[in-house]
Amino acid sequence: MTVQSWTFLLVAASFALYIGIAIWQRAGSTQEFYVAGGGVSPLANGMATAADWMSAASFISMAGLISFMGYDGSVYLMGWTGGYVLLALLLAPYLRKFGAFTVPDFVGDRYYSQTARIVAVICAIFVSFTYVAGQMRGVGIVFSRFLEVDITTGVIIGMAIVFFYAVLGGMKGITYTQVAQYCVLIFAYMVPAIFLSMMITGNPIPQMGLGHVDPSTGLSLFESLNGLHEQLGFAAYTSGTKSTLDVFFITAALMVGTAGLPHVIVRFYTVPRVRDARISVGWALIFIALLYTTAPAIAVFARTNLINSVSETPYSEVPEWFNNWEATGLLSFDDKNGDGLIQFVGPNADVENELTVDRDIMVLANPEISGLPAWVVGLVAAGGLAAALSTAAGLLLVVSSAISHDLLKRSLMPEITERGELIAARVAAGAAVVVAGYLGVNPPGFVAEVVAFAFGLAASSFFPAIVLGIFTKRTTREGAILGMILGITFTAAYISWFKLLHPELNTAANWWFGISPEGIGTLGMLLNFTVAIVVSRFTPEPPAHVQVLVDLIRVPRGAGEAHEISA
Amino acid sequence: MADAEPPYGSAPKRESVTDPETRARHAEYWRRNIRYLVGLLVVWFVVSFGFGIILAEPLNAFNLPGTGFPLGFWFAQQGSIYAFVILIFVYVKLMNGLDVEFGVDEGGES
Repeated sequence: MTVQSWTFLLVAASFALYIGIAIWQRAGSTQEFYVAGGGVSPLANGMATAADWMSAASFISMAGLISFMGYDGSVYLMGWTGGYVLLALLLAPYLRKFGAFTVPDFVGDRYYSQTARIVAVICAIFVSFTYVAGQMRGVGIVFSRFLEVDITTGVIIGMAIVFFYAVLGGMKGITYTQVAQYCVLIFAYMVPAIFLSMMITGNPIPQMGLGHVDPSTGLSLFESLNGLHEQLGFAAYTSGTKSTLDVFFITAALMVGTAGLPHVIVRFYTVPRVRDARISVGWALIFIALLYTTAPAIAVFARTNLINSVSETPYSEVPEWFNNWEATGLLSFDDKNGDGLIQFVGPNADVENELTVDRDIMVLANPEISGLPAWVVGLVAAGGLAAALSTAAGLLLVVSSAISHDLLKRSLMPEITERGELIAARVAAGAAVVVAGYLGVNPPGFVAEVVAFAFGLAASSFFPAIVLGIFTKRTTREGAILGMILGITFTAAYISWFKLLHPELNTAANWWFGISPEGIGTLGMLLNFTVAIVVSRFTPEPPAHVQVLVDLIRVPRGAGEAHEISA
Repeated sequence: MADAEPPYGSAPKRESVTDPETRARHAEYWRRNIRYLVGLLVVWFVVSFGFGIILAEPLNAFNLPGTGFPLGFWFAQQGSIYAFVILIFVYVKLMNGLDVEFGVDEGGES
C-alpha cells in the first residue's frame, strides 16, 4: 500500500472511532454537558487532559522548534510541563471543591461581582479563540500535506467532526473522545521516535538514546552535534542564544499561562472528589511528559540527520524526500554561489546559507528522511489530527459554556430552564465551531504569532485572580477586577506593539529590561498581583459569606462524594 | 447519574463552621498545607529556574554520570520534567495523609 492509502485508512479509522464514542457518550443534562457529570475517573481525566493540552503545536511543531533552537527550546519543555505543578498545588483541588462549571463561575462568586464574572468571561473567550484558530489551521495543513485536499476542505472536514462530537456530547463526549485521541497521538509520536533511536543509538528508549556516547569515538551525540554546529557557523546546540533573563521570563510566562488556561482548569471539575483532582493532575503530567521528554531526542536525531544528509551534498544527488518536500514549498534551495552543492550554514559562517527549512518538517518528514515504512507516515498524520482536534474541542467547550452558562444563566437570563440552557450551550458550541473554522480558513495574518501569546494573556489575567481568591481572604472585588484588567491590557498592549504595530522594533535593544513579548506575561502577572493586593488594602473587606466560602474550599471534606465513577 | 451534591453551578453550602475546636483544627490543617506547598515549590523552582536556567551554563561543564548529557542541558530538557512528575505525586501522598490526620478526608476507597 502507498503512503497515501495508509494515511486515508488510518485517518478514516480514527475519525470513525471518535464519532462512535460521541454517539455512545451523549450529554443529557447541563451537568453532563459542562463537566461530564462530574464522574470521570482520575486516570481517564488525566489522559483526556493530556490530549486536551497537547495541540498541533506540541505534536507537529515543538520538536522542530527545539531542533532549530537547541537549548533555547527548553523554554517550551519546562514551561509547558512546570505549569502542572502550579495547577496541582495551587488551583485544581480548591476549584474542584468549589464545584462550579466554569472559571468565570469561580471568579464571579469569589469576588461577589457580576463585573468580575463578565471580565473573566471576556478573558476566557479571548484566550480560547486566539488558541483555537491555530488548531483549525493545523488540521487544514495536515490534510493538505498528506491527503492532497486543499486547506479549506481540510478545515471543513475537521469542523464537521468537532461539531459532531462537541455539540452532541459536550464535555462528556469530549472527555472520552480525548482519551482515544491521546492513545492515537502518543502511539503516532513514539513509533517513529523508537525506530529512530534504535537506528542512531541502538537503544529503543529515545530518552536514554539521547544520552548515548559513541564507543568508537568517545563522543556523545551532543559533542558531535556541537562540533557540526561550530563547523557550520551555528550557535552551539547546548548553549543557545537567548539571554538568561529572557529564558527565565518566557519559561515563567508559559508555566503560569498553562496553569491559567481555562480549558485545562475546567477538566479538573470533571472528577468526583478533591483527592481525585490532585492525582489526576499527576496522571496528566505523566502522559504529557512521555511526549515532552521524547521531543528533545527527536530534535537532536533529526538535526543530526538533516545536517549529515544535506550539508555539502550535490543538489543533483539529494534523496527523494528532499524533492517531495521541496514541492510543498516548505524546503527550498537556492544555489547562491553556483557550485551545485548545498551549503546549509549558520549566521557565523563565511559563506551564505542556501537552504531554507520550515521547522514543522522535522516531525512530519522524519519518518520519510529515515526511510520508515509507509504506515508510520500515515500514523503521523492521524496523530497530528488527533492532537489538533482534541485541543480544538476542549477550547470550543470553554467558549460555549462561557456564553450559555456564565453570560446567559448566571448574568442575563437567570430564569432560563435547564433544557433551555442546554439548547443554548449546543447552539453556542455550533456557532463557535463555525467561527473557529472561518478563522482557520481565513487566518488573520497574525494568528500563528498570537497563539503563543494566549499563554501570556492567561498568565496575566486568571492566574493571580484565582490564586489570591483561594490563598487570601482579604482580596476584594475591586482589587481582582482592576488587577485582571490592567494585567491583560498591559500584556496585550506590549505584545501588539512589538508583534503587530512595530515588528521592525522587535529586537532586544527595544524591549523593556530585555524581556521579549513571549515573556512579558510574567511581568503582566506580577503587575496583576501587585495591583490586586494594593487596591484590596484600600477597599472594604469582602462580605462575611465570601470569607466563609474561602474557608470551605480550603478543606476537602464535603465536595460531593455521591458520584459513581464511570470508566 | 447520581445527584450533584452540593449543587453544581453555584458555590458550595455556605454554612459557616462555628465550633471553635473545628475552626482551630482547620486553621492548623491550612498552615501545614502551606508549609508543604512552600517546600515543594522551592524544589520546583530549583530544578527548573535554578539548575535548568540560571546555573545551566556552569553545570554544562559536567556530564550526567554514565551518559553524554551535559548536566545543565539535561535539567532543562529532561530532568526538570521528571522532577515535576515526582513533585506532584509527593504532594498527593502528603496531602492525602494530612487529610486523614485532620479528619477532613472525603472517605471512599483508594
